[in-house]
Amino acid sequence: MIRFDGVTKRYADGTVAVDHLDLEVPTGEITVLVGPSGCGKTTSLRMINRMIDPSEGRIMLDDVDVRTIDPPTLRRGIGYVIQQAGLFPHRTILDNIATVPYLLGWDRKRARSTALELLERVGLAPEMARRYPFQLSGGQQQRVGVARALAADPPVLLMDEPFSAVDPVVRASLQDELIRLQAELHKTIVFVTHDIDEAIKLGDRVAVLRVGGKLAQVADPATLLAAPADGFVREFLGRDRGIRRLSFVADTGLRLRSDLVVPVTSDLSRVAGVAADVESPWLAVVDEDNRPLGWVAPADLPRAGTLRDVRPLPYGTFVRGKDSLRTALDAALLSPSGCAIAVNGDGRVIGVATRESLDEALALAASEAPEPHDAPVREDADG
Amino acid sequence: MNWLIEFFSDPANWSGSSGIPVRLLEHLEFTLAALLPAALIAIPLGLLIGHTGRGALIVVVSANLARALPTLGLLVLIVLLLGTATVLPVLIPLVVLAIPPILVNTYEGIRGVDHDLRDAAYGMGLRGPQVLVRVLVPVALPLILLGLRLAAIQVVATATVASYVSLGGLGRYIIDGLATKDYPSVVGGSVLVGGFALAMQGLFALADRLLVSPGVSRRVRTAKIR
Repeated sequence: MIRFDGVTKRYADGTVAVDHLDLEVPTGEITVLVGPSGCGKTTSLRMINRMIDPSEGRIMLDDVDVRTIDPPTLRRGIGYVIQQAGLFPHRTILDNIATVPYLLGWDRKRARSTALELLERVGLAPEMARRYPFQLSGGQQQRVGVARALAADPPVLLMDEPFSAVDPVVRASLQDELIRLQAELHKTIVFVTHDIDEAIKLGDRVAVLRVGGKLAQVADPATLLAAPADGFVREFLGRDRGIRRLSFVADTGLRLRSDLVVPVTSDLSRVAGVAADVESPWLAVVDEDNRPLGWVAPADLPRAGTLRDVRPLPYGTFVRGKDSLRTALDAALLSPSGCAIAVNGDGRVIGVATRESLDEALALAASEAPEPHDAPVREDADG
Repeated sequence: MNWLIEFFSDPANWSGSSGIPVRLLEHLEFTLAALLPAALIAIPLGLLIGHTGRGALIVVVSANLARALPTLGLLVLIVLLLGTATVLPVLIPLVVLAIPPILVNTYEGIRGVDHDLRDAAYGMGLRGPQVLVRVLVPVALPLILLGLRLAAIQVVATATVASYVSLGGLGRYIIDGLATKDYPSVVGGSVLVGGFALAMQGLFALADRLLVSPGVSRRVRTAKIR
């Protein structure tokens, strides 16, 4: 755990970058510091590994004041990823990744084999090992930056706008990669960004800072979206807060119907009868393997042959128990039926979420949204 | 052209204390004797000032002095003061001449290293001297070598003029040739000086290839897959 205890950074010219920051960064979680430029988020991050020292207050790393540790020693135990990756241009990718292991005096063989493992872990081909940074794209360099930070297996990772300099598509894949890595590694990560969507996507907790270095709110993303502490946070979160919050509502509240699912082998003469029995104008068609094929409207179908002779209409699916209500809603909006097909982890259909059940789930989610006035506005470090 | 053939085919020019091999060796000696101390002073100074950011004024003053300094004047002055009993009076101006390009380029090379790179190096836990030696110097090496190269060109050229004050070297052919209206000697000496300067350039190009990381010079060694 990292704890900021009344930390202030004041520069010689009187500028206050960080103002009495109290914040806890729980072990094994991603805590995102987010805010507009000038809010002191990068300064706060850099005080953890003593790239900057605070003017007042203390930063405790597992109950040790970081000021009592010699900076280079401290930094070798903390992974550090910066915006432009900052790879050493004169060293190969492999040697870049092995930087900290070399500093820690590991023998060359062990350092290199660890580096090679990490190269693959961050999704790069082993052939990259012998290249130089200039031969890699921005996104690849950033992956190497993450691998380098992980090389000595530090428990803490500091990431300073690591994905800001790459294009949106690459950024999204790097974010997914980080989520995947974190699920395996459980590092204590402090992540700085100015992008609220990135903060909400990645953060287990999000700390919103305002200009002048004051903490505006710290909460998990769902709470943040549902109950912004004040106008500043609300404005910073931007539009579509309600819809975005659905990403954090589990789909388990969705009632599923299995009687709307028909196999592709069904006779068309029977299908209209099924539709009448279940009182639905739409039926979901599945193949012999129980995988979804699409939607049919029995009223519009010919009366002879089987469902094989019909081209089903487009559909959307969500993975039951894994995806959010937002994904389910999205799946429903992709289908002419307005219903979403629920599948299990193997992609086999287990039922259908109808408009009625989506409606119920949305109403439930809305009623569970915390009211702004009694929301947990701030969690103080010593609270 | 005839003068050239005449000069290079004269066996007298190939042996003895005023033969081409001896003169070449002398020229090389003077060049190295001036370049080495200059590098030993200017490189560490440039690294130190570039790394700490303190003392940048020295670099500026040195760069300006280099432009303003009449080397030949200094040469004659020091020779008049100290005499020609040793080569020292000739070497001092050559060393003074060689310092500014090395100092300025070393300093600029270190200062010019990307800020993010320094930040990353410190952030990884490298100590100050490790940042300098393991990161800044390898990245600044092309500029440091350029400084040495510029210094070498100037020293080679000026050492030729230095023959004026009874120093050996290839300049003797030109100075003595002019004095005795021996034009084959003048032309031959000029060609030798030119060739010598080119050879020095080649040497530095080679050093560049051998010492600078392909990652810095961007010479692609491994084939690009995409």
